Amino acid sequence: MIKDVTLGQYFPGKSIIHKLDPRVKVLLTLVNIIFIFIAGNFSALGLMTAFTLTAMLLSGVPFTRYIRSIRGVLFIVLFTSVLNLFYGGGTVLAKWGAVQITTGGIRNAVFIAVRIVVLILMSSILTYTTSPTQLTDALERLMKPLKIFRIKVHEIAMMMTIALRFVPTLLEETDKIMSAQKARGADLESGGLISRVKALVPVLIPLFVSSFRRAYDLAMAMECRCYNGGKGRTKMKILHITAKDIVTVLVAAAVCAGVVLLNLFVAENFLI
Amino acid sequence: MDYLQTQNVSFSYDEDESGLVEVLKGVTLGIQKGDFVALLGHNGSGKSTLAKHFNAILLPSGGKVYVDTMDTADDSLKFEIRKRVGLILQNPDNQLVASIVEEDIAFGPENLGVPPAEIRRRVDSALKAVDMYDYREHAPHKLSGGQKQRVAIAGIIAMEPSTIVLDEPTAMLDPRGRQEVMDTIIKLNREKGITIVLITHYMDEAIAANRVVVMDKGGILMDGTPKEIFSQVEALKAHRLDVPQAAELLHRLKEAGCRGLPNGVLTEEECVAALELLLKEKA
Repeated sequence: MIKDVTLGQYFPGKSIIHKLDPRVKVLLTLVNIIFIFIAGNFSALGLMTAFTLTAMLLSGVPFTRYIRSIRGVLFIVLFTSVLNLFYGGGTVLAKWGAVQITTGGIRNAVFIAVRIVVLILMSSILTYTTSPTQLTDALERLMKPLKIFRIKVHEIAMMMTIALRFVPTLLEETDKIMSAQKARGADLESGGLISRVKALVPVLIPLFVSSFRRAYDLAMAMECRCYNGGKGRTKMKILHITAKDIVTVLVAAAVCAGVVLLNLFVAENFLI
Repeated sequence: MDYLQTQNVSFSYDEDESGLVEVLKGVTLGIQKGDFVALLGHNGSGKSTLAKHFNAILLPSGGKVYVDTMDTADDSLKFEIRKRVGLILQNPDNQLVASIVEEDIAFGPENLGVPPAEIRRRVDSALKAVDMYDYREHAPHKLSGGQKQRVAIAGIIAMEPSTIVLDEPTAMLDPRGRQEVMDTIIKLNREKGITIVLITHYMDEAIAANRVVVMDKGGILMDGTPKEIFSQVEALKAHRLDVPQAAELLHRLKEAGCRGLPNGVLTEEECVAALELLLKEKA
């Protein structure tokens, strides 16, 4: 059961989005997320939405997957937009005591909902088209300047790599220990919250003990393979910025400029 | 001096309650380049401890270990030694670092600072050597135990060592995985001339070696070819060690009064041939 958990949401493919340099993807996703917030009216937000939808189409990842990613946050989307329903001016449509629904409120609600959904979709494109290893690799390279502040960038990236590597292994082990404890009569599935948490102790202790043993083994195996920190290390895969990346950056820059222009020149701005 | 050489090596560690525990007591052993040596002994005989001396993971408390004339106690030679002698551990899961097979294999050469194009070449050639090339983009946790252990071996091969020390590499595998790993080890020794030191519990694996060294209580008990060692069935049994099944069968037949059986039979084929001969003579 636990074994079926897939790590990350990577959807292997060979689309143009998959082939972009992961560093470019990470940076563009960040910038685009900022611009989704900067977009202050429906025209600007519409432009960002169109851009996101185009990227989704190009990614070759089935739309059902994207819909699944929204489903997880559906409650937050509904909650925030319903709250916004009651704010804003304009014509009053319905009124119960102090609470009223106005045209402006509806507009706000729709705006917020679209904004959050586009935000989720934008970050999903990154996680669907970039493998966890590519992501850590990109982060290691992007964080390299932080070395001046004595932040151990290589070590952090190495820890992320090892963590990603061992999540499935430890899940499998948890499963095994839970079965072993159940076979000894442990009751892991009934009772209130406190008794359930207590019941997890006999699962967590063996898991911890074995993790330390694994860590000891892994450290030895890494030493056997001449690991000596980040010093003098090379990489098999080098990241190259290609024409694709440059074009993508230019298109994204144009979209962002468009958002700023639409913000300035379209009158129906509202500041949220 | 041999390629791998231990001179009167002793090793002990401090155990809180029982004081100093002596694991190795003056082991002198030379292993030639290109040889295939099986190291036998039951739990606590010191064989795993000895294995970790060959690539400076452990340093002797007394005596010396030399690898290609380099003293393992010299800290500045540590990486040169580990480049030459790779170590494979029992649990394949705990040896793999990255979540993609080919990136894991690249880990060793990356540490050595090998240029990227050369790493790519080494990774591909190591994957082909262990017959895992088709799995290069897989996640390690989705492989079988035997496949994982072969990936671990490829990770060592990519560093282009002259020797691989394997510490019970098949102990956690099913029979099929065991066979895969053994086939890979034999192939590496015969085709690439890599020196193999195989530590094992399974006598049937030891007969693939050219030389068998039996350890007991921190010292060397017997040293010889598989035929020489496994014909001494009584001596091995006295030290609670098994013999290959074929040798065991013929030994029991002899004990039961069956005469005319040859000594030093190790494999099933040899056993069948010997029994056939005996039956024909009887008829």
